Amino acid sequence: MKGAARWARRAPLLPALIFTIVVTQLPFVATLGISLMEWNSLDPENRGFAGLDNYVAVFTDSGLRSSVWTTIVLTVTVVLVSLILGLGLALLLDRKFFGRGAVRTMLIAPFLVVPVAAALLWKHALYNPDYGLFNGLLKMVFGEDGPHVEWISDMPLVAVEAALIWQWTPFMMLILLAGLQSRPPDAVEAAHIDGASSFQIFRYLTLPHLRQYLELGGLLGSIYIVQNFDAVFTITSGGLGTANLPYSVYQTFFQAHDYGRASAAGVVVVVGSIIIATFALRVVSSLLREEARS
Amino acid sequence: MMLGLLAWVCGLIFVAPVAWMVLTSFHSETDAATSTPSFFAPLTLDGYNTFFDTNPWPPLMNSLSASVGSTLLVLLLAVPAAYALSIKKVEKWSDVLFFFLTTKMLPVVAGLLPIYLVAQYTGMLDNISFLVVLYTSMNLPIAVWLMRSFLAEVPKEIMEAAALDGAGLAVTIRRVVAPVAMPGIAATSLICFIFSWNELLFARVLTGVVAGTAPVYLTGFVTSQGYFLAKVCAAAVVVSLPVLVAGFAAQDKLVQGLSLGAVK
Repeated sequence: MKGAARWARRAPLLPALIFTIVVTQLPFVATLGISLMEWNSLDPENRGFAGLDNYVAVFTDSGLRSSVWTTIVLTVTVVLVSLILGLGLALLLDRKFFGRGAVRTMLIAPFLVVPVAAALLWKHALYNPDYGLFNGLLKMVFGEDGPHVEWISDMPLVAVEAALIWQWTPFMMLILLAGLQSRPPDAVEAAHIDGASSFQIFRYLTLPHLRQYLELGGLLGSIYIVQNFDAVFTITSGGLGTANLPYSVYQTFFQAHDYGRASAAGVVVVVGSIIIATFALRVVSSLLREEARS
Repeated sequence: MMLGLLAWVCGLIFVAPVAWMVLTSFHSETDAATSTPSFFAPLTLDGYNTFFDTNPWPPLMNSLSASVGSTLLVLLLAVPAAYALSIKKVEKWSDVLFFFLTTKMLPVVAGLLPIYLVAQYTGMLDNISFLVVLYTSMNLPIAVWLMRSFLAEVPKEIMEAAALDGAGLAVTIRRVVAPVAMPGIAATSLICFIFSWNELLFARVLTGVVAGTAPVYLTGFVTSQGYFLAKVCAAAVVVSLPVLVAGFAAQDKLVQGLSLGAVK
């Protein structure tokens, strides 16, 4: 009877759990299997066990190695810069001023543009050297002899990063703003009365309170930026040293048709993500523990 | 005062690319492709007309059915799960929550090939229902997390009181749980809808002629040249419109949802 009651409580959980395991975990197990095989769909006769050959290939392939580095640089830069900008904007928006609602709406806009559309916007309407807005504005300010920048070919990775930072800063701002607005106002007021400076209040009251929110923003941002495909695919098509791991894996699958090697690269992405996740989960686990306590 | 002004400047800088996209979409192709920005060029619907001449309705409808379908399926699976995890505590509930979150950290590319092969062997390539299943798996973990924290806010005392007063489960859910949980469920649905509507990688790999979604359709413009700038901007505006409208309309819910209710 007791067991039946326990099952009645667990039963509502099972459909979601089973669905998630079947659709997300089984494919990864299959990827793990394929990564140990020699399997190129253009050469179906030579299918067989390859051992660790694909992994050796992944680590000796300079293209894949550089896409590991690109993924790290891209993720760290975008997450850090958009967190810092988002924090600044959240602090600005936390004050009362004329038209605050309108400014918040303007700041949210980039986050609400479909990622591919945003990437197309940056590639064609902003970065294009001949008719894009950036060079157009430079021309308006400095005249015909002003600087003429080939934004994408001169600074490909920065171009991708800028577009992503523009999209993700609003996300960080929203999370941090929610954090600021949940801050107990009495404590700030008391500190003011006790003669604490604005900086002291920020350093010793606001920042510790925001820690969880900063961590949450960093965690969610990293999860999505590590996996970014849309911006890299659209703005540079992975060229000029901007191919990150998701793009490289995609390319190995569907252009080189090397299933074995692409799977090995996919597994490497997962291992990298686990390293980030272990670090990040410790952060979230502190969130969970706190909640369990209350 | 100065800081308010600074906030306005930042707001204008961030919204400028979006405004430029909308403005360009209403310019003629010649005006759009000038090297000096044509802020005051006459407005026209030519960009939209040429865009709609290419018949974007099938991809837009595909996106709509994939997003709505998977959002409904997510609700169907996540509400009971969140209920089990919040109102009636399952032992080791935090382990279960952890598991859901870790699936979000499994990069999409790590399962892409097997998923592609399964679709190929079962004849589900280029089929919207297959996307619905994948988008559901993509959003389910986040939805369970969000809804658990929203459902946890339902005061247990009121539920117990209702039970003591002889209210059945249906009545309790309708009168007590639903009013507290509905805003959270709405926020979760909105977030799931946006993520599904935006998704590109799965859609690009698994769909083609029949089931291509709006983002896949947009990739057709990746190598567009300047002569089509107004059309590209019109396309970007149209595809982003549902998300922009829903997002602006539900800003507060979006904020609540994105902060995951996890840190309260």
